[in-house]
Amino acid sequence: MSFINYASREINCKIVYYGPGLCGKTANLQYIYDKTSPQAKGQLISLATETDRTLFFDFLPLDLGTVRGFRTRFHLYTVPGQVFYEASRKLILKGVDGVVFVADSQRERMDANLELLENLKNNLREHGFDIMTIPYVLQFNKRDLPNIVSYDEMYRLLNIKGEPTFEAVAPQGMGVFETLKAVAKLVLQELSKK
Amino acid sequence: MSMLGPNLVMYEEEFERINSILGRLWVDANAKIVFLVDKNGQQIAAKGDLEKVDTTSLASLTAGNVAATDGLARLIGEKEFSILFHEGERDNIHISIVAQRLILVVIFDERSSLGLVRLRVRKAAQELEEVLNDMANKAAQQGQAPVSPFAEITDEDIDNLFSE
Ligand SMILES: Nc1nc2c(ncn2[C@@H]2O[C@H](COP(=O)(O)OP(=O)(O)OP(=O)(O)O)[C@@H](O)[C@H]2O)c(=O)[nH]1
Ligand SMILES: [Mg+2]
Repeated sequence: MSFINYASREINCKIVYYGPGLCGKTANLQYIYDKTSPQAKGQLISLATETDRTLFFDFLPLDLGTVRGFRTRFHLYTVPGQVFYEASRKLILKGVDGVVFVADSQRERMDANLELLENLKNNLREHGFDIMTIPYVLQFNKRDLPNIVSYDEMYRLLNIKGEPTFEAVAPQGMGVFETLKAVAKLVLQELSKK
Repeated sequence: MSMLGPNLVMYEEEFERINSILGRLWVDANAKIVFLVDKNGQQIAAKGDLEKVDTTSLASLTAGNVAATDGLARLIGEKEFSILFHEGERDNIHISIVAQRLILVVIFDERSSLGLVRLRVRKAAQELEEVLNDMANKAAQQGQAPVSPFAEITDEDIDNLFSE
């Protein structure tokens, strides 16, 4: 749910990074945080376990300047990917404007990708959203590892509606801003329809 | 939830009314900070000693806190816990839900008291609810929302956002 404030001429949008445990959601936010100038970002908040697994969410507010005279802010969130954090994962989707699904390219993680993708569809539906219409982008992360599935095969398995799809190596930044830009664009385009 | 439609749109008049309600609450409750967030973590308005805190993070964590507490409530068969209170060594946080969708947060220290904050929050919450009702009525009367400022957004607009 975007929030348009005509009084202060601001717009806030919520983007959620979704995907199985250890696929690199937090790594995406960390890279964005590291590469964004101080005046454009707020604090990166990570509610994580002692072993750096996301427990509730990561949160990064970005202030990207103005579009059509409106200050445009994106609030980026990641969910916890581990299966047993299902309840909190669902909470984070509340009021979402755009979703990035981060898939792990390693062969042994394909089942986990499929499971979380199914889980995303269901949780979106419970919040009254439809994955077929919500701004949505797909990322194949960990392209630097040896045991990965080919782009074409992953696309066949995971792409649902021809959504923009990017290969990434999140800790090195490959594909990270491309993914963010694509989802931001879809979100703003969606707003333009309202 | 659907009281104002899926997207929250705020105009000058209501924004000013909300700001003045918060301003009065800040004074009457002897608070350090009062602020209003929606349940998704978007900050709507704030008043008080804002330089020393990161209000964006505060808003997001408050919403996360309320969301988790709502989840707990449902788990044990409650609709919601309408008030949360966290007591610190110096500062305390009082969190209450307004009209099911907004979160009113008051931060105060020993210059105030929980009793006083409770009392003043109750009044402010009523006033805020009135503003929300007026907004909903207005939206219903006008029917259509105004034309989005993003109606003709271009690829270039978006590339410019990421150019720095
Ligand atoms: N080689 C490689 N490692 C990566 C890549 N992306 C993330 N990692 C590593 O994978 C591990 C998990 O990454 P996170 O970003 O914490 O994963 P997550 O998706 O947030 O995991 P949860 O919080 O448990 O849901 C970390 O050690 C990262 O450094 C990548 O593209 N390549
Ligand atoms: Mg994580």
